[in-house]
Order: sequence, then structure tokens, then C-alpha cells
Amino acid sequence: MHSLVDDIVVKQHVGTLEYTPKDFKAGIDVRWCAGCGGYSILAQTQRVVATLGIPREKLAFISGIGCSSRFPYYMNVYGVHSMHGRALPIASGLKTARPDLSIWVATGDGDCMSIGGNHLIHACRRNINLNVMMFNNEVYSLTKGQYSPTSQPGQITKSSPLGVLDNPFNPAALVLGSGASFVARTIDGDGKHMQYLMERAAKHNGFSFIEIYTNCPIFNDGAFDFFAQKSLRSDKTIVLEHGKPMIFGTNNDKGIKLDGFTPTVVSLSDGSNSADDLLVHNEKDTTLAFILANMTYHHELPRPMGIFQAIDIKTYEDATTAQIEHYTSLPDAYDYDKLLRGEDCWEIE
Amino acid sequence: MSKQIQKLEEVTIRFAGDSGDGMQLTGSQFSNTSGAFGNDVNTFPDYPSEIRAPEGTLYGVSAYQVHFGSKPVSTPGNQIDILIAMNASSLKVNLAALKKNGIIIANTAGFGDKNLKLAKYESNPLTDDSLKSFQLFAIDINTMVSEILKETKLSPKNIDRTKNLFALGLMYWLFGLPLDTTEKWLKTKFKKKQDILDANLAVLKAGHAYGEIREDFAIRYEVSSAKLKKGTYRNITGNEAAAIGLVVAAKKANLPLFLGSYPITPATEILHFISGYKKYGVKHLQGEDEIAGICSAIGASFGGNLAATTTSGPGLSLKVEAMGLAVILELPLVIINVQRGGPSTGLPTKPEQSDLLMAMFGRHGEAPMPILAADSASDCFDMTFEAARIALKYMTPVIMLSDGYLAQGTNPWRVTKLEDLPDISVNFATDPETFQPYKRDPETLARMWAIPGIEGLEHRIGGLEKEDVTGLVSMEAKNHEKMVKLRAEKVERIANDIPEATIDGPEEGDILVLGWGSTRGAIEEAIEKVRSEGNVISYCHLKYLNPFPRNLEKILSSFKRIIVPELNNGQLSWMIQAKFLIKVHGLNKIQGTPMNAHEVENKLNELLNQ
Ligand code: SF4
Repeated sequence: MHSLVDDIVVKQHVGTLEYTPKDFKAGIDVRWCAGCGGYSILAQTQRVVATLGIPREKLAFISGIGCSSRFPYYMNVYGVHSMHGRALPIASGLKTARPDLSIWVATGDGDCMSIGGNHLIHACRRNINLNVMMFNNEVYSLTKGQYSPTSQPGQITKSSPLGVLDNPFNPAALVLGSGASFVARTIDGDGKHMQYLMERAAKHNGFSFIEIYTNCPIFNDGAFDFFAQKSLRSDKTIVLEHGKPMIFGTNNDKGIKLDGFTPTVVSLSDGSNSADDLLVHNEKDTTLAFILANMTYHHELPRPMGIFQAIDIKTYEDATTAQIEHYTSLPDAYDYDKLLRGEDCWEIE
Repeated sequence: MSKQIQKLEEVTIRFAGDSGDGMQLTGSQFSNTSGAFGNDVNTFPDYPSEIRAPEGTLYGVSAYQVHFGSKPVSTPGNQIDILIAMNASSLKVNLAALKKNGIIIANTAGFGDKNLKLAKYESNPLTDDSLKSFQLFAIDINTMVSEILKETKLSPKNIDRTKNLFALGLMYWLFGLPLDTTEKWLKTKFKKKQDILDANLAVLKAGHAYGEIREDFAIRYEVSSAKLKKGTYRNITGNEAAAIGLVVAAKKANLPLFLGSYPITPATEILHFISGYKKYGVKHLQGEDEIAGICSAIGASFGGNLAATTTSGPGLSLKVEAMGLAVILELPLVIINVQRGGPSTGLPTKPEQSDLLMAMFGRHGEAPMPILAADSASDCFDMTFEAARIALKYMTPVIMLSDGYLAQGTNPWRVTKLEDLPDISVNFATDPETFQPYKRDPETLARMWAIPGIEGLEHRIGGLEKEDVTGLVSMEAKNHEKMVKLRAEKVERIANDIPEATIDGPEEGDILVLGWGSTRGAIEEAIEKVRSEGNVISYCHLKYLNPFPRNLEKILSSFKRIIVPELNNGQLSWMIQAKFLIKVHGLNKIQGTPMNAHEVENKLNELLNQ
């Protein structure tokens, strides 16, 4: 049905679509602490959205509460800074109502996986086409330093002065298990990689989840250094690339091989294995995605970064639109008087 | 032998049986037939909160009460004239409501030893003379239907399932009502199951014929048609009326409709209806929880849809934080709360009016919100439509209160035509030159609705306090106070845009009855009775609880005594006393059942005799 929304929402963008990152700056001071990983995420986002060919007015950024959730205020697009944990249902309602929009969610580990955990698993399951950037700093930062659902066992925080007792979520495994169709991971310091993932997420028709390791210099400084600092990164992380054998190491001298279903590190320099023996990454392999996600907290294995899974499955909003298209093509569509009269009416003369 | 025909003005029948006996269906068929015949009808279903409570038990009894008359009937009836008891438990549970000398139609097959034990009867009430102050008609309906259908190939279970239609046929005979409404309905329902259709039609007719044959049914009754206004009528439940109200309001506002909801008794049917309305282009999302229900609606509202969420008490408790967000975002949202007995899980299937103060104050911070209340099942249509109008015009969430009685009870509704309803206007921002997110209309104080997709209107809103006009985040002291007052003033000004309260009876005097919501029928009936005894009583029924109608204070000050009947511990009483500093007399019933006219009548007589 044609509605007022169709009347006022301009179909054809009149201005240029040749944006620069500056066009997406909201013109207010960014209020994160110096050195916060958020700055890099903001910069990469502004670079990526400028290149997508999407009119600025069709972009909406939705957030919950937390340091990460200040994000929409800094983007010169449409935005809602909502309540703790609720960015996803708000974004889901907006996307269902307005499939024409490109909707992004900025959230954190506490916002997304603790108070908003129920919404996360269900947004994954519905496969609503949202681009979720989860700033994972493994701590509650806006409330000044309590442990979060991704804090590591033993971590000292204000609410775990003697060490964290609970086990952390493995975000990639959680969202894979909940049915997310695009699952990826990057880190604040690797701007190029982050941009690539954002672009892929933007183009993916379905629920996209990017976990971004985000340093919080104030409450959890250097949390990712043990695998991500420059000198260690090549040996302690592995970048997943579709169709390529899983090679890593400073001299590209190590690889991942499957022993049964268990990934193991093998040497490519001692003559025992060659690149042909290695596991080849396949973004469409939903079983492999779980195996790779489960490498996350395994200290013998490199931390996987990149796209775990990218598969095409039907989105909730497309299914809604298809159902509406079908039923509104039937002869009694939009017969409001029939709706009002019901099935069993009678006349009083 | 020809039977005597006695004319009656009104009759109340209660169909009672086991949860699996089809009593809800039987009752609603009877009310449709009686409505189509031209009677005024009011119904009330009463069923257990268990889905399939153990067979034959006292707590598994399901009942459907139909009150119909040749005069206006506005309640499901106080006392029952006729009780259909399909088993011993249904007799036991419902007998207290039966009038002296009332009729009992009992299915003897439901009074076997096991049934009697489950109903905790020491001896069989059908044979031990304990029912001698009633007119008892014992019929072995099970044997009857087995006999009628013995030639068919139907399973014993399917045969057993037809027995409610025997009782229904008999009731049609007793009141001289035609079978065609139910026959037509059966034909649609069992279109693809010819054998079941034939069996049901045969049993319905047999029930009808049985009345003629059985000699001790000496009297038939006639309730002539009521003098209803000319037009098209249907029976409608409050939940269906609310669902249609949303669809039609969206059409009249020329907006897409979005419902975000989560199943909860007794509001769930609204979600059922709306999710089936895809042919009207309606979208819905069944959330993972109540919070997702309202939050998805807020998202859709940000996107320019008429957005709604539907719930009942415990769900409203979960939605309050998001309601506050909708208040500060100043986005339109319709919240339909179908009240049930509380606190906590309380009485899930039973009506109560105990969420009024929560609707009024149940949010942190200063977060005022308009509150409307429907006063009959069909009024749920009007008040939902009105809630949408106010939400869209004033850019605010609006709560529409219904309750379990309105939601599932029915009354005949004179169907409105789409063209007879007013358009609803919407104030979208489209001009980037003059746009400011929190610039207000000087009259309504509403901000404009700026939805994504419009070039040049890109802006951010959120739960943080915002600067007046610009909407930028502001923690400035004076600005916060100003914004709190502006949001309150906006809601207050709605009083200029809603009808004044009306008084039935003299405009000043001794006693004013002040009601709200589903108690209207009972109050009207009681007042009619008390007036017929020569007393003078005035009556005012509120549909707008926040803001109150602008003339309410004047009305209240024109009476010496104000009585407030409500299904709670005095919530409207509290509001009236707090706001107007006057004393009121509460009539508070908190029993999980609708207000009864006798209860109001007794209270009025008590006051009149003081
Ligand atoms: S507290 Fe940590 S996460 Fe928050 S803004 Fe500062 S550095 Fe960033």
C-alpha cells in the first residue's frame, strides 16, 4: 500500500553520492578518552560508509548504552542512542518497517551480550539485515571498570578485585550458534582489515556481526597485547581468508591442519607438511566456522581474525515483504470494510 | 402437543462444561444467533488458566455466559436463568450463581461415579433431591448423540465432541431461535470434512427436535428483538476490536502499521489477529520478550510507522523503561494494556483494573503519558483509534487500558464504515531549512516527526536529556527543568482536544457515580434499577484518565458525595482525591470477576439510606 512514508521519502537521491569521510562527521566533539579504540572504529566507519554508494539519509546508526553506544552522536546520519541492551530490538523494528535503510548497530560486550544477550541471539536467529559492530573491550567501561561477560578468568576489575570467577562468552561461537549468517572479528589497531570487514558486512544481506577487539586504556589497558601487539601478532593470530590455506607466522612458516575435528599447528619449515596439507578456509562451511570460532581462547592456537562465516539465508524483512506481497495481491486485499464487518454480521432494519 | 410460549425481557444462560467440551464455542454461537435475531447481547467467557486442565475436575470447568434481551443489556448478567452443566464439576462450580427456580440442563453422562468424585459430591445431585428448588432437566446427551450417529463411521471421540451442539440445538428450540447462523458457520468450518459436518448438523437438529418431543419441556420462551439502531451489526471481543482499531487507524493516517508484541494472557489475541492481517500490509514482529516487543515498535515508529505494542500487567512491568524512552524521544506509540489480576502472575485469565496507577506513574523520572480506557468490548475499537490519533498528533506514547473482561467478552457492535471515520493527521518534517529536532508546534507542543530517508534531516535522538529545540545532548540544569515541564505541559494540553465528560442525570446534586473502564455496564444497570425506585443519581464515566477531561473538576464539585466503583483497591479514587483534594467513596471489588450490577446497587442503596 502506498503511504505517506513513500510520499516523503525521496526515492532518488538528488545530491552527490561521492562522499568523503568528512561528510559523516557530526561536527560535535568526540568524548572518548585519549587512546580509546573507539576512535579507530569511528574513523574506519566514516571511511567505509563514504564509499558504499548509499545516500547518507538512508543510513541509521542505533546504539544502546555504554562507551561504544555514544557512537551514533558522532555520525552525521540518522541515529538513536537508546537504552542499555536494547539497540538490537529497536534496530530490528526499524529494519522490518523500513527495509530501504542501511542500519548499523554500535554496541559493547556488556550492552550486547549481558543485558542485551537475549536480543542478540534472537536477532541472529531472525537474520535481520543489520550490521552489528560489537566493541569488545572485555570490561564495563562507562560504569568505570567492572567485569563483563567477555572478561577473562582471573581478570582484576572493580567488581572482581580478587579475580574474575566466571567463564567468558566466546562471541563468535555464540552468534554462530544463534544463526548469524555473517560472523567476523577484527581489532581496533588494524584499520584496513576492519574496513574490509565493514564493507563485506554492509554488502551482506543478512545479520552481520563484527566483533572488534577494542582497547580501553583506562580500565583494561593492553588486554589484547598478548596476541595482538605488533611483535607477536603474526605468530599469535591467523587471518582467515576464503579459499586460502590457513598459514600464519612471521615467516609464513606455520599452518593449521585438522586432526579429526581438532585444529592443530604444524610447521611448514621442517619438511613434515606443505601448504597443500593445510586446512583451506571456506566462509560457506558452517561446520568449519564452529571449529574456527572454538580456537578463540585456545592458547596453543593462533587467535583467528577475519570472516568465520558468510552464508546467504533468507532475512526476516525479506520474508515479511514476500508474505505481504503475496497476500496483498489477493482479490480481497485492503478490503477494510470487510475487516470491519467480520464474518458473521447481521442487518438491523 | 403444543407448548406454551412465555415472553421474557432478558435472559442469562451459562454454558458450562469441561475445558474440552467446547463451551466457549457453544456460547459464542448462541450469542451470534441471538444477535442476528436482533437481541442485544453481552457475553463473558470464564475459563481456567490451564490449557487442558485434568478432565472432570473443578478447576477444569470452562464456562461462557450469554446475557441477551429485548432491552439494552450492558453486562453479562448478574444471576443465571439457565445453566447448562455438561458434568458434575460444572454444576458444582456454577450453581451458586443460578437463580432460585432457574433451569438446569444436565448431561447425566457427566455425572458418573468418577465425575461425582472429582466434583467432590457425596451423592448424585441429579437424583438426591438437592436441586429441588430448581427446574432440573436431566438428559443423557452422550447416549443421544451415539444413537443419532450410530450409522456413521465417526470415531467415538468425534461423536462425543458433537454433544455441545445437542445442547445448543436444544437452547435454540427453547428460545425459538433459528439454526441457520450456526449451520452456516459449521459449513464454513468443516468445509473439507463432510462426515464431521453432516454429524454436527444432524446433532444440532436433533437437539432442537428433542425439546419438542420431551414432554416436561412445557414452556418455550421468547425474547423479542431489541430496538437497536438500524445498521450492520456483529459481535466483537475487545481484543479483536483493538486489533481492527489499529489497522483502521493506520489506514486513516495513511501510514504503515507495525506491531511489536509478545504473547501474554489475556492480550495475546490482538497479536493473533494482527499477525494474520498481511493482506492489509501490516507488519509485525513477535519479540523474544516484552522488551523486544516495545523496542521494535519504537524502532518502527522512528521509521515512520504507526507502531503499537500489546501486553498485560507483567508485560507492562517489563516495558516501563522503554516507555520512558518513548516519552523522551517523543515518538508516537500505542501501548495496549489488557489488565488482569496482579501482582506478579496473579490471576492471568481474570479481569482487574489494577494497572491504572502504574500506567500513570510506573516509570522512573518525570514521564507523563496520556491514558485512555475502553468501557465495552466494542469501545476498544474507538479508544484504540483515539489512542493512535493522540499519539500521532502529540508525538507521544499513549496507553490504552482494556481488561480481561472486555478483551474476551463480546457485545454487538454497530459496524463503522471506513469512510465514516475521520482522517488522522500526521506532522512529518520535510524541510531541511527550518528543521530542528525538538522545535515544537506552539499549540500542541508536539515536535515534528523526522524519519530516515529525507535528505538534510539527518539527526540523532536518544535517551539522554536534550537541549530544547535543537535536541542536542544537554546536562544543563535549567534546560532539564524546562524540558520536564514542556513534556508535562504537552500531555496536559491534550485536555483541550478531548471531549468534555458528560453527566447522565442532573448536573448537580447529592450522589455522583464516577466510573471508568469495564464497569460501565454494571453501573448503568444498577443506576437504572435504583432510579426506578424513585432515587436521583447522576453518573459520569471516564474514558480519559490522563489528562482528565477539562470539566471534571467542575463536575465533581457539583455533588455532595462521589462514589467510585472499580476493580481494584481504589486507584481512580486515589487519583481523584490527590488531584482535586476531595473525598470519594470507593466501591472496590478485587475478586477477578467483572463488576456486578447488584454490587453497585447495594452500595448505592447503602449511601442513599445514610
Ligand atoms: S573508558 Fe575506556 S572504553 Fe570508555 S571511552 Fe575511555 S577508553 Fe574508551
